[in-house]
Amino acid sequence: MAKLEIHLWGALRPMADGASSVFIDAQSIRELFRKLSEHYPGMEPHIKRGIAVSIDGKIYRDQLDTKLPASSEIYLLPRVPGG
Amino acid sequence: MPLDQDLEIKKFKVIGTRVRRPDGVDKVTGRARYGADVSAPGQLVALVLRSPHPHAIIKKIDISKAEKLLGVKAIITSADLPDLTNGDRGMLDILENCMARKKVLYDGHAVAAVAAIDASTARAALKLIKVDYQILPHVTDVDEALKPSSPVIHDHIFTDGIEPKPTKASNFNKQAEYGHGDLDAGFAEADVIIEKSYKTEQTHQGYIEPHSCLASVSPDGAAEMWVCTQGHFVYRNQCAALLGLDANKLRVTASEIGGGFGGKTHIWTEPLALALSRKANRPVKLTMNREEVFRCTGPTSSTSIDVKIGAKKDGTITAAWAELRYHGGAFPSNWAEFGAMTTWACYDIKNCKSLSKDAIVNRPKTAAYRAPSAPQSCFAVENTIDEVAKAIGMDPVDLRIKNAAKEGTKSSYGPVYGPIGIGATLQAAKNHPHMKAPLAKDTGRGMACGFWFNFGGQTCVDLNVTPDGTVTVAVGTIDVGGSRASLALAAAEELGVPYEAVRVIVADTSSLGHNDMTDGSRGTFSSSMAAVFAARNAITVLRERAAKTWEIPVDDVEWVDGEAKAKGASRGNLAPLTLKDLAKGAGGTGGPIAGHSEIVADNAGVSFGTHICDAHVDKETGKTTITRYTVIQDAGKAMHPSYVEGQYQGGAAQGIGWALNEEYVYGTNGRLQNAAFLDYRIPVCSDLPMIDTQILEIPNPHHPYGVRGVGETPIVPPLAAVSIAVTNATGVRMHHIPMSPPRLLKAIKSAKK
Repeated sequence: MAKLEIHLWGALRPMADGASSVFIDAQSIRELFRKLSEHYPGMEPHIKRGIAVSIDGKIYRDQLDTKLPASSEIYLLPRVPGG
Repeated sequence: MPLDQDLEIKKFKVIGTRVRRPDGVDKVTGRARYGADVSAPGQLVALVLRSPHPHAIIKKIDISKAEKLLGVKAIITSADLPDLTNGDRGMLDILENCMARKKVLYDGHAVAAVAAIDASTARAALKLIKVDYQILPHVTDVDEALKPSSPVIHDHIFTDGIEPKPTKASNFNKQAEYGHGDLDAGFAEADVIIEKSYKTEQTHQGYIEPHSCLASVSPDGAAEMWVCTQGHFVYRNQCAALLGLDANKLRVTASEIGGGFGGKTHIWTEPLALALSRKANRPVKLTMNREEVFRCTGPTSSTSIDVKIGAKKDGTITAAWAELRYHGGAFPSNWAEFGAMTTWACYDIKNCKSLSKDAIVNRPKTAAYRAPSAPQSCFAVENTIDEVAKAIGMDPVDLRIKNAAKEGTKSSYGPVYGPIGIGATLQAAKNHPHMKAPLAKDTGRGMACGFWFNFGGQTCVDLNVTPDGTVTVAVGTIDVGGSRASLALAAAEELGVPYEAVRVIVADTSSLGHNDMTDGSRGTFSSSMAAVFAARNAITVLRERAAKTWEIPVDDVEWVDGEAKAKGASRGNLAPLTLKDLAKGAGGTGGPIAGHSEIVADNAGVSFGTHICDAHVDKETGKTTITRYTVIQDAGKAMHPSYVEGQYQGGAAQGIGWALNEEYVYGTNGRLQNAAFLDYRIPVCSDLPMIDTQILEIPNPHHPYGVRGVGETPIVPPLAAVSIAVTNATGVRMHHIPMSPPRLLKAIKSAKK
């Protein structure tokens, strides 16, 4: 399985030795979060608090079963609040 | 019928019509019940003792005299609210904001609360509580708070986002950066570079209804709460966690809401009312007065922002940079970071960066206010864009159109955009008659565009068919802007019944699964989607019941225009069964007929809007009058256009108030000086023109009807649009809002020197 490039926002980069992106093989958001927690334990508190995932520009906050298509553009973002 | 988010192209029967609002009569006749309109037998009145100091150690609280006062039934301090958060610092911050623990952190911070037989007794009791404070130095200004010399408010805050992480505690709680490209190369390409600094002051959502709740905790642990909120399920969850209650034992019913705009997404006094009720074993009503609302609930951040933009003479923006400093009040926050995410979101800029610095100050905890953090950022960016347009002699609309983000643009916060509507709103503004209308003397015109993220979230809908064939819909999302009408329209559209045959209620927390709050412009987007799916599930049941009645396979039954029809030439003699027919016979075909939907609506899609403002300035007094205002925004599909227009107008009105007058004024003693509507001036009807609206309908591909959230984006552009109009009326650029008459007059006079 080809690894996906996962772009990190600033707050997550220290947990990945300052890298702006990491490469993970995952087919869903749930699998991505599990593997990020395994490879980068410092990200786990952020994941538990909630992270939004942009897949090709579409932002997902809750649907962890959402698929990560091969070669898709993936950004991890803070969960923005609303008013 | 599909139960997914994908858009279906269809011709609507009732969606998009301007039906009568279901809550209208009750609201205009005073029958609607708000937070303070419900009472219980044996109810006590609660009041809160609040700190007069912005920053102090609580050395001792003596409640002995107050406890002995006749009529006092319970007094609580932080000792009655033990830390049950199990290391969850965010929840502990919520608890500490509701009731100060070792220190008070802002003017108005709660230190004790009393429940008594009436308000006068409770007031007398508050006077008998003695608090021994050790006053500490304080800081209320965001820039001052970020200085190493500022008094440290929390000794456990070490700046996140800086490597290596500082080892010294400070009020600088977080730094973050967004953007891409090579700034130096971008600025080197520029023919013109504009660099400016801006300030915005702290404002309140200004909702007319103060916070109020009625709490009742029984000795067996069962509890009820009636409360004004934007999210009664979240209130239930947080209050239960903080008080050690099982969530299922705390039944929360939401009142009608007299405005929230983000300010009623947080708990403030509700845990206090529950704790008092538990201690007194009586129902307790706790209602804030206006002064408390200003001093002790959640206004916006005040901000300080630096912006630098470089552009070529042809209008191409080659580089853009911003540093945004926001505060979260007395607790750590991400407000500057959210501002930074929105900073350049309207534009396609090859080289852009935004750096955020979040600070802690001795002010009340900042809460969301419609598109939180975006209006301040937009104010700074759009004014600088306007200066760039003037510097290169280009029409400001054309400059924005040239640089507007589009499908395929790499957004400044990271991802590449799919189809978006910024270009359409700018083009509509360029073509709008408002843009070409002549201007009166001393009147200027400004325009600005803005961006906001929308989201969806968890939502439940129960749809029940009554025995007479009418329909009830129960939803867990608070109706702040007309969602009950939109849900009724959705159910009527799907079932093929008249709008009037559907009644929608907001159910209590014991009647439905968890629902997220009404925030993030999610109310109509997500709950209408759930209503559509609930109705489609009910239609499946209705087809099954018709099949049983006719003794034919369910696949041979279709639902058309509110009736079950048997398919096939041999069944032409079967008269259709209406919803009324099937409801009447439900007892004999399997029992009550219902449809349910529990969803997570994701992928709500981002939102853009463009505003045009005409402002007249009296140069002798500094008074600004808005003479014309137009809002242009994409609604995807306006389910009820009047409500959409209302959201556009309301956001613009609030933004105009923010731009012109609204401001928290703190004295050097750290106390709020203007905690009343007399001194904190929000615009009233007579201050505003009729606000024109233009609804664009570019269907959202991720909603079955194409709906897009509309509630927040309308407050993003006004600060910029109004200030640019004032600049064009006076020739003076206002870098600090609000542009209250004294501040504007001073700027005009300074410019003349």
